[in-house]
Amino acid sequence: MAYAFDFSAVLEYREALLAGTGRTLMLTGIGAVAGLVLGTAGAVSRAWRLAPFDRIFAVYVELIRNTPFLVQLFFIFFGLPSLGVQMDEWQAAILAVVINLGAYSTEIIRAGIEATPRGQIEAAQSLAMTRRQIFFHVVLPPALAKVWPAICSQVVIVMLGTSVCSQIAAEELTFAANFIQSRNFRAFETYFVVTAMYFLLAVGVRQVLALTGQRLLGRRSK
Amino acid sequence: MSDIELSDIVRNLLGGAAWTLGLSLTAFVLGGLAGLAVLFARIARNPLPRRLAQAYIEVFQGTPLLMQLFIIFFGSSLIGLEIPPWLAAALGLTLFTSAYLGEIWRGCVEAIPKGQWEASASLAMSHVEQMRHVILPQALRIAIAPTVGFSVQVVKGTAVTSIIGFVELTKTGSMLANATFQPFLVFGLVALGYFALCYPLSAYSRMLERKIHGSRAH
Repeated sequence: MAYAFDFSAVLEYREALLAGTGRTLMLTGIGAVAGLVLGTAGAVSRAWRLAPFDRIFAVYVELIRNTPFLVQLFFIFFGLPSLGVQMDEWQAAILAVVINLGAYSTEIIRAGIEATPRGQIEAAQSLAMTRRQIFFHVVLPPALAKVWPAICSQVVIVMLGTSVCSQIAAEELTFAANFIQSRNFRAFETYFVVTAMYFLLAVGVRQVLALTGQRLLGRRSK
Repeated sequence: MSDIELSDIVRNLLGGAAWTLGLSLTAFVLGGLAGLAVLFARIARNPLPRRLAQAYIEVFQGTPLLMQLFIIFFGSSLIGLEIPPWLAAALGLTLFTSAYLGEIWRGCVEAIPKGQWEASASLAMSHVEQMRHVILPQALRIAIAPTVGFSVQVVKGTAVTSIIGFVELTKTGSMLANATFQPFLVFGLVALGYFALCYPLSAYSRMLERKIHGSRAH
Protein backbone atom coordinates (compact mmCIF):
# COMPACT_ATOMS: atom_id res chain seq x y z
CA MET A 1 0.00 0.00 0.00
CA ALA A 2 1.21 3.50 -0.71
CA TYR A 3 0.36 6.10 1.83
CA ALA A 4 1.69 9.53 0.97
CA PHE A 5 2.73 11.38 4.08
CA ASP A 6 1.72 14.99 4.01
CA PHE A 7 3.16 17.07 6.82
CA SER A 8 2.32 20.36 5.10
CA ALA A 9 -1.30 19.63 5.98
CA VAL A 10 -0.24 19.98 9.61
CA LEU A 11 2.01 22.99 9.23
CA GLU A 12 -0.86 24.94 7.68
CA TYR A 13 -2.23 25.06 11.20
CA ARG A 14 0.92 26.42 12.81
CA GLU A 15 -1.00 29.23 14.48
CA ALA A 16 -3.18 26.75 16.33
CA LEU A 17 -0.09 24.75 17.25
CA LEU A 18 1.71 27.81 18.59
CA ALA A 19 -1.33 28.97 20.54
CA GLY A 20 -1.67 25.49 22.05
CA THR A 21 2.03 25.43 22.92
CA GLY A 22 1.68 28.78 24.64
CA ARG A 23 -1.24 27.56 26.71
CA THR A 24 0.51 24.32 27.62
CA LEU A 25 3.49 26.35 28.82
CA MET A 26 1.25 28.76 30.70
CA LEU A 27 -0.54 25.90 32.43
CA THR A 28 2.80 24.32 33.31
CA GLY A 29 4.31 27.61 34.49
CA ILE A 30 1.45 28.62 36.77
CA GLY A 31 1.10 25.05 37.97
CA ALA A 32 4.81 24.74 38.71
CA VAL A 33 5.08 27.97 40.71
CA ALA A 34 1.91 27.47 42.74
CA GLY A 35 2.51 23.72 43.06
CA LEU A 36 6.01 24.25 44.45
CA VAL A 37 4.73 26.82 46.95
CA LEU A 38 2.08 24.33 48.08
CA GLY A 39 4.69 21.57 48.14
CA THR A 40 7.03 23.69 50.28
CA ALA A 41 4.22 24.35 52.75
CA GLY A 42 3.44 20.64 52.82
CA ALA A 43 7.09 19.67 53.18
CA VAL A 44 7.74 21.90 56.18
CA SER A 45 4.50 20.77 57.83
CA ARG A 46 5.51 17.15 57.40
CA ALA A 47 9.22 17.50 58.21
CA TRP A 48 8.73 19.68 61.30
CA ARG A 49 5.50 17.92 62.36
CA LEU A 50 3.39 21.07 62.49
CA ALA A 51 0.08 19.69 63.82
CA PRO A 52 -2.54 19.44 62.48
CA PHE A 53 -1.12 20.27 59.03
CA ASP A 54 1.31 17.34 59.01
CA ARG A 55 -1.56 14.85 59.19
CA ILE A 56 -3.63 16.73 56.62
CA PHE A 57 -0.74 16.85 54.17
CA ALA A 58 0.05 13.17 54.77
CA VAL A 59 -3.49 12.17 53.72
CA TYR A 60 -3.47 14.61 50.80
CA VAL A 61 -0.16 13.26 49.48
CA GLU A 62 -1.35 9.65 49.60
CA LEU A 63 -4.69 10.46 47.96
CA ILE A 64 -3.13 12.36 45.08
CA ARG A 65 -0.15 10.10 44.46
CA ASN A 66 -2.33 7.00 44.31
CA THR A 67 -4.95 8.25 41.85
CA PRO A 68 -4.55 9.20 38.16
CA PHE A 69 -4.28 12.86 37.17
CA LEU A 70 -7.10 12.37 34.66
CA VAL A 71 -9.48 11.24 37.41
CA GLN A 72 -8.45 14.16 39.62
CA LEU A 73 -9.18 16.48 36.71
CA PHE A 74 -12.61 14.91 36.05
CA PHE A 75 -13.46 15.03 39.75
CA ILE A 76 -12.62 18.74 39.91
CA PHE A 77 -14.24 19.73 36.63
CA PHE A 78 -17.34 17.48 36.61
CA GLY A 79 -17.70 16.54 40.27
CA LEU A 80 -17.15 19.75 42.20
CA PRO A 81 -19.92 21.76 40.46
CA SER A 82 -22.49 19.55 42.20
CA LEU A 83 -21.12 20.96 45.47
CA GLY A 84 -21.70 24.44 44.06
CA VAL A 85 -18.07 25.07 43.04
CA GLN A 86 -18.30 26.23 39.43
CA MET A 87 -15.11 26.43 37.39
CA ASP A 88 -14.26 27.00 33.77
CA GLU A 89 -11.94 24.48 32.08
CA TRP A 90 -8.80 26.55 32.69
CA GLN A 91 -9.48 27.08 36.36
CA ALA A 92 -10.09 23.35 36.72
CA ALA A 93 -6.95 22.46 34.76
CA ILE A 94 -4.75 24.84 36.76
CA LEU A 95 -6.24 23.66 40.06
CA ALA A 96 -5.67 20.02 39.11
CA VAL A 97 -2.05 20.67 38.12
CA VAL A 98 -1.34 22.62 41.31
CA ILE A 99 -2.89 19.94 43.51
CA ASN A 100 -1.05 17.17 41.67
CA LEU A 101 2.38 18.81 41.67
CA GLY A 102 1.84 20.00 45.24
CA ALA A 103 1.56 16.41 46.44
CA TYR A 104 4.64 15.14 44.61
CA SER A 105 6.76 18.16 45.53
CA THR A 106 5.73 17.84 49.18
CA GLU A 107 7.50 14.50 49.28
CA ILE A 108 10.46 15.66 47.19
CA ILE A 109 11.11 18.84 49.18
CA ARG A 110 10.53 17.04 52.48
CA ALA A 111 13.45 14.76 51.66
CA GLY A 112 15.61 17.86 51.15
CA ILE A 113 14.47 19.46 54.41
CA GLU A 114 15.04 16.28 56.39
CA ALA A 115 18.59 16.09 55.03
CA THR A 116 19.46 19.41 56.73
CA PRO A 117 22.24 18.77 59.27
CA ARG A 118 21.06 19.46 62.83
CA GLY A 119 24.11 21.63 63.44
CA GLN A 120 22.90 24.12 60.86
CA ILE A 121 19.65 24.66 62.72
CA GLU A 122 21.38 24.80 66.10
CA ALA A 123 23.88 27.35 64.77
CA ALA A 124 21.01 29.47 63.45
CA GLN A 125 19.20 29.21 66.80
CA SER A 126 22.33 30.33 68.62
CA LEU A 127 22.28 33.44 66.45
CA ALA A 128 18.77 34.13 67.81
CA MET A 129 17.11 33.64 64.43
CA THR A 130 13.37 33.08 64.53
CA ARG A 131 11.85 29.85 63.26
CA ARG A 132 10.68 31.66 60.16
CA GLN A 133 14.13 33.13 59.50
CA ILE A 134 15.76 29.75 60.04
CA PHE A 135 13.41 28.11 57.59
CA PHE A 136 13.70 30.66 54.80
CA HIS A 137 17.41 31.48 55.16
CA VAL A 138 19.05 28.34 56.50
CA VAL A 139 16.90 25.30 55.72
CA LEU A 140 14.99 25.95 52.51
CA PRO A 141 17.66 27.12 50.01
CA PRO A 142 20.04 24.17 50.46
CA ALA A 143 17.08 21.77 50.72
CA LEU A 144 15.72 22.96 47.36
CA ALA A 145 19.21 22.87 45.84
CA LYS A 146 19.64 19.26 46.94
CA VAL A 147 16.39 18.03 45.40
CA TRP A 148 16.25 20.41 42.41
CA PRO A 149 16.97 17.67 39.82
CA ALA A 150 14.00 15.67 41.14
CA ILE A 151 11.82 18.78 41.03
CA CYS A 152 12.85 19.42 37.41
CA SER A 153 11.88 15.86 36.44
CA GLN A 154 8.54 16.13 38.21
CA VAL A 155 7.67 19.42 36.49
CA VAL A 156 8.45 17.83 33.11
CA ILE A 157 6.24 14.85 34.00
CA VAL A 158 3.44 17.25 34.94
CA MET A 159 3.90 19.20 31.70
CA LEU A 160 3.54 15.99 29.66
CA GLY A 161 0.58 15.03 31.81
CA THR A 162 -1.29 18.23 30.98
CA SER A 163 -2.02 16.70 27.57
CA VAL A 164 -5.08 15.02 29.13
CA CYS A 165 -6.53 18.48 29.92
CA SER A 166 -7.76 18.40 26.31
CA GLN A 167 -10.45 16.06 27.68
CA ILE A 168 -12.17 18.90 29.54
CA ALA A 169 -11.79 21.11 26.44
CA ALA A 170 -8.93 23.21 27.77
CA GLU A 171 -7.43 24.34 24.49
CA GLU A 172 -3.81 23.37 25.02
CA LEU A 173 -1.44 21.62 22.63
CA THR A 174 -3.20 18.24 22.54
CA PHE A 175 -6.54 19.97 22.04
CA ALA A 176 -4.96 21.77 19.07
CA ALA A 177 -3.80 18.39 17.72
CA ASN A 178 -7.29 16.91 18.05
CA PHE A 179 -8.77 19.96 16.34
CA ILE A 180 -6.27 19.91 13.48
CA GLN A 181 -6.64 16.20 12.74
CA SER A 182 -10.42 16.57 12.69
CA ARG A 183 -9.98 19.20 9.97
CA ASN A 184 -7.22 17.77 7.78
CA PHE A 185 -7.92 14.04 8.36
CA ARG A 186 -4.18 13.52 8.78
CA ALA A 187 -4.25 12.01 12.23
CA PHE A 188 -0.87 10.30 12.10
CA GLU A 189 1.05 13.29 10.77
CA THR A 190 -0.66 15.65 13.19
CA TYR A 191 0.05 13.53 16.26
CA PHE A 192 3.57 12.88 15.07
CA VAL A 193 4.34 16.59 14.77
CA VAL A 194 2.70 17.37 18.11
CA THR A 195 4.56 14.54 19.82
CA ALA A 196 7.82 15.95 18.50
CA MET A 197 6.77 19.36 19.82
CA TYR A 198 6.16 17.91 23.26
CA PHE A 199 9.58 16.30 23.14
CA LEU A 200 11.22 19.63 22.36
CA LEU A 201 9.15 21.31 25.07
CA ALA A 202 10.31 18.70 27.58
CA VAL A 203 13.95 19.32 26.66
CA GLY A 204 13.43 23.08 26.77
CA VAL A 205 11.55 23.11 30.08
CA ARG A 206 14.25 20.95 31.63
CA GLN A 207 16.97 23.37 30.46
CA VAL A 208 15.11 26.43 31.70
CA LEU A 209 14.51 24.80 35.08
CA ALA A 210 18.17 23.77 35.40
CA LEU A 211 19.27 27.34 34.65
CA THR A 212 16.65 28.75 37.05
CA GLY A 213 17.98 26.43 39.73
CA GLN A 214 21.53 27.63 39.15
CA ARG A 215 20.45 31.24 39.32
CA LEU A 216 18.23 31.00 42.38
CA LEU A 217 20.01 28.35 44.38
CA GLY A 218 23.64 28.83 43.47
CA ARG A 219 26.21 26.33 42.36
CA ARG A 220 24.97 23.57 44.66
CA SER A 221 22.34 22.53 42.11
CA LYS A 222 23.66 20.68 39.14
CA MET B 1 -33.37 10.90 41.16
CA SER B 2 -32.17 8.67 38.38
CA ASP B 3 -33.30 5.10 38.12
CA ILE B 4 -29.75 3.74 38.37
CA GLU B 5 -29.14 2.46 41.86
CA LEU B 6 -25.90 2.86 43.78
CA SER B 7 -25.43 -0.90 43.65
CA ASP B 8 -25.62 -0.76 39.84
CA ILE B 9 -23.00 1.99 39.76
CA VAL B 10 -20.67 0.03 42.01
CA ARG B 11 -21.18 -3.19 40.05
CA ASN B 12 -20.36 -1.45 36.76
CA LEU B 13 -17.33 0.27 38.23
CA LEU B 14 -16.03 -3.04 39.56
CA GLY B 15 -16.35 -4.43 36.03
CA GLY B 16 -14.31 -1.47 34.74
CA ALA B 17 -11.76 -1.94 37.50
CA ALA B 18 -11.25 -5.54 36.38
CA TRP B 19 -10.22 -4.25 32.94
CA THR B 20 -7.92 -1.69 34.55
CA LEU B 21 -6.32 -4.47 36.58
CA GLY B 22 -6.02 -6.74 33.54
CA LEU B 23 -4.43 -4.02 31.43
CA SER B 24 -2.06 -3.07 34.25
CA LEU B 25 -0.92 -6.67 34.70
CA THR B 26 -0.47 -7.17 30.95
CA ALA B 27 1.52 -3.97 30.56
CA PHE B 28 3.60 -4.66 33.64
CA VAL B 29 4.52 -8.24 32.69
CA LEU B 30 5.13 -7.59 28.99
CA GLY B 31 6.71 -4.22 29.75
CA GLY B 32 8.99 -5.92 32.26
CA LEU B 33 10.15 -8.46 29.67
CA ALA B 34 10.71 -5.74 27.07
CA GLY B 35 12.33 -3.64 29.80
CA LEU B 36 14.90 -6.40 30.32
CA ALA B 37 15.80 -6.14 26.63
CA VAL B 38 16.06 -2.35 26.99
CA LEU B 39 18.27 -2.82 30.06
CA PHE B 40 20.66 -5.20 28.30
CA ALA B 41 20.86 -2.91 25.28
CA ARG B 42 21.41 0.08 27.54
CA ILE B 43 24.36 -1.49 29.37
CA ALA B 44 25.82 -3.33 26.36
CA ARG B 45 29.50 -2.78 25.63
CA ASN B 46 28.70 -2.14 21.97
CA PRO B 47 27.79 1.58 21.62
CA LEU B 48 25.12 1.06 18.93
CA PRO B 49 22.51 -0.78 21.04
CA ARG B 50 23.42 1.49 23.94
CA ARG B 51 22.58 4.64 21.97
CA LEU B 52 19.43 3.11 20.50
CA ALA B 53 18.20 2.15 23.95
CA GLN B 54 19.01 5.61 25.26
CA ALA B 55 17.04 7.23 22.44
CA TYR B 56 14.13 4.84 23.04
CA ILE B 57 14.06 5.75 26.73
CA GLU B 58 14.29 9.48 26.04
CA VAL B 59 11.46 9.41 23.52
CA PHE B 60 9.10 7.55 25.85
CA GLN B 61 10.04 9.61 28.90
CA GLY B 62 9.94 12.89 26.96
CA THR B 63 6.51 12.63 25.31
CA PRO B 64 3.00 12.33 26.77
CA LEU B 65 1.60 8.81 27.13
CA LEU B 66 -1.57 10.08 25.44
CA MET B 67 0.41 11.04 22.31
CA GLN B 68 2.13 7.64 22.30
CA LEU B 69 -1.28 5.99 22.36
CA PHE B 70 -2.64 8.22 19.58
CA ILE B 71 0.38 7.48 17.37
CA ILE B 72 0.03 3.72 17.89
CA PHE B 73 -3.72 3.85 17.36
CA PHE B 74 -3.64 5.98 14.21
CA GLY B 75 -0.25 4.80 12.97
CA SER B 76 -1.32 1.17 12.88
CA SER B 77 -4.26 1.99 10.61
CA LEU B 78 -1.80 3.64 8.22
CA ILE B 79 -0.02 0.35 7.69
CA GLY B 80 -3.35 -1.31 7.11
CA LEU B 81 -3.94 -2.76 10.57
CA GLU B 82 -7.20 -1.84 12.23
CA ILE B 83 -6.34 -2.57 15.83
CA PRO B 84 -8.96 -2.37 18.55
CA PRO B 85 -8.51 0.09 21.44
CA TRP B 86 -7.56 -2.61 23.94
CA LEU B 87 -4.67 -3.76 21.78
CA ALA B 88 -3.44 -0.20 21.19
CA ALA B 89 -3.73 0.41 24.94
CA ALA B 90 -1.80 -2.75 25.84
CA LEU B 91 0.88 -2.10 23.24
CA GLY B 92 1.29 1.57 24.19
CA LEU B 93 1.49 0.89 27.91
CA THR B 94 3.90 -2.01 27.37
CA LEU B 95 6.32 0.21 25.44
CA PHE B 96 5.92 3.01 28.00
CA THR B 97 6.57 0.59 30.87
CA SER B 98 9.59 -1.00 29.17
CA ALA B 99 11.29 2.37 28.74
CA TYR B 100 10.83 3.33 32.39
CA LEU B 101 11.72 -0.08 33.83
CA GLY B 102 14.78 -0.34 31.56
CA GLU B 103 16.03 2.97 32.93
CA ILE B 104 15.20 2.14 36.56
CA TRP B 105 17.01 -1.19 36.31
CA ARG B 106 20.03 0.39 34.63
CA GLY B 107 20.35 2.60 37.69
CA CYS B 108 20.28 -0.52 39.88
CA VAL B 109 22.97 -2.26 37.83
CA GLU B 110 25.14 0.84 37.90
CA ALA B 111 24.73 1.10 41.66
CA ILE B 112 26.71 -2.14 42.05
CA PRO B 113 30.24 -1.16 43.12
CA LYS B 114 32.94 -1.36 40.48
CA GLY B 115 34.95 -3.71 42.68
CA GLN B 116 32.34 -6.41 42.08
CA TRP B 117 33.00 -6.23 38.34
CA GLU B 118 36.74 -6.24 38.87
CA ALA B 119 36.70 -9.09 41.36
CA SER B 120 34.56 -11.27 39.09
CA ALA B 121 36.72 -10.37 36.09
CA SER B 122 39.78 -11.46 38.06
CA LEU B 123 38.08 -14.84 38.54
CA ALA B 124 38.11 -15.13 34.74
CA MET B 125 34.34 -14.87 34.46
CA SER B 126 32.96 -13.89 31.08
CA HIS B 127 30.68 -10.85 30.76
CA VAL B 128 27.62 -13.11 30.77
CA GLU B 129 28.84 -15.01 33.82
CA GLN B 130 29.58 -11.77 35.66
CA MET B 131 26.06 -10.61 34.94
CA ARG B 132 24.43 -13.91 35.77
CA HIS B 133 26.28 -14.75 38.99
CA VAL B 134 27.52 -11.47 40.44
CA ILE B 135 25.86 -8.30 39.18
CA LEU B 136 22.22 -9.15 38.48
CA PRO B 137 21.55 -11.00 41.76
CA GLN B 138 22.71 -7.96 43.70
CA ALA B 139 20.99 -5.48 41.37
CA LEU B 140 17.75 -7.44 41.68
CA ARG B 141 17.74 -6.90 45.42
CA ILE B 142 17.83 -3.12 45.13
CA ALA B 143 15.53 -3.10 42.09
CA ILE B 144 12.47 -4.54 43.80
CA ALA B 145 11.39 -1.42 45.72
CA PRO B 146 11.54 1.05 42.79
CA THR B 147 9.95 -1.54 40.48
CA VAL B 148 6.98 -2.00 42.79
CA GLY B 149 6.85 1.79 43.12
CA PHE B 150 6.72 2.16 39.35
CA SER B 151 3.85 -0.31 39.09
CA VAL B 152 1.71 2.45 40.64
CA GLN B 153 2.54 4.63 37.63
CA VAL B 154 1.44 1.81 35.32
CA VAL B 155 -1.94 1.46 37.04
CA LYS B 156 -2.46 5.23 36.89
CA GLY B 157 -1.27 5.29 33.28
CA THR B 158 -4.08 2.94 32.28
CA ALA B 159 -6.55 5.79 32.97
CA VAL B 160 -5.23 7.61 29.89
CA THR B 161 -6.26 4.67 27.67
CA SER B 162 -9.88 5.65 28.32
CA ILE B 163 -9.27 8.53 25.91
CA ILE B 164 -8.64 6.19 22.96
CA GLY B 165 -11.85 4.37 23.82
CA PHE B 166 -10.71 1.48 26.00
CA VAL B 167 -13.51 0.88 28.50
CA GLU B 168 -11.72 0.53 31.83
CA LEU B 169 -12.42 2.15 35.20
CA THR B 170 -12.18 5.81 34.12
CA LYS B 171 -14.20 5.33 30.93
CA THR B 172 -16.84 3.36 32.82
CA GLY B 173 -16.94 6.25 35.29
CA SER B 174 -17.40 8.85 32.54
CA MET B 175 -20.27 6.89 31.02
CA LEU B 176 -21.93 6.39 34.41
CA ALA B 177 -21.49 10.06 35.29
CA ASN B 178 -23.27 11.00 32.07
CA ALA B 179 -26.04 8.47 32.64
CA THR B 180 -26.70 9.20 36.32
CA PHE B 181 -25.93 12.94 36.54
CA GLN B 182 -23.99 12.17 39.71
CA PRO B 183 -20.42 13.01 38.69
CA PHE B 184 -19.31 13.78 42.25
CA LEU B 185 -20.31 10.36 43.51
CA VAL B 186 -19.14 8.46 40.44
CA PHE B 187 -15.72 10.08 40.07
CA GLY B 188 -15.28 9.87 43.82
CA LEU B 189 -15.84 6.11 43.59
CA VAL B 190 -13.54 5.88 40.56
CA ALA B 191 -10.78 7.65 42.50
CA LEU B 192 -11.41 5.31 45.41
CA GLY B 193 -11.03 2.34 43.06
CA TYR B 194 -7.62 3.53 41.85
CA PHE B 195 -6.60 4.27 45.42
CA ALA B 196 -7.53 0.73 46.44
CA LEU B 197 -5.34 -0.63 43.63
CA CYS B 198 -2.40 1.73 44.10
CA TYR B 199 -2.09 2.36 47.82
CA PRO B 200 -1.07 -1.20 48.76
CA LEU B 201 1.62 -1.09 46.06
CA SER B 202 2.90 2.30 47.31
CA ALA B 203 2.95 1.13 50.90
CA TYR B 204 4.68 -2.14 49.98
CA SER B 205 7.31 -0.28 47.96
CA ARG B 206 7.99 2.04 50.92
CA MET B 207 8.29 -0.92 53.26
CA LEU B 208 10.78 -2.64 50.93
CA GLU B 209 12.79 0.56 50.68
CA ARG B 210 13.01 0.89 54.45
CA LYS B 211 14.10 -2.73 54.71
CA ILE B 212 16.96 -2.25 52.25
CA HIS B 213 18.13 0.98 53.84
CA GLY B 214 17.89 -0.63 57.25
CA SER B 215 20.07 -3.58 56.31
CA ARG B 216 22.55 -1.33 54.58
CA ALA B 217 23.03 0.76 57.69
CA HIS B 218 24.86 -2.06 59.49
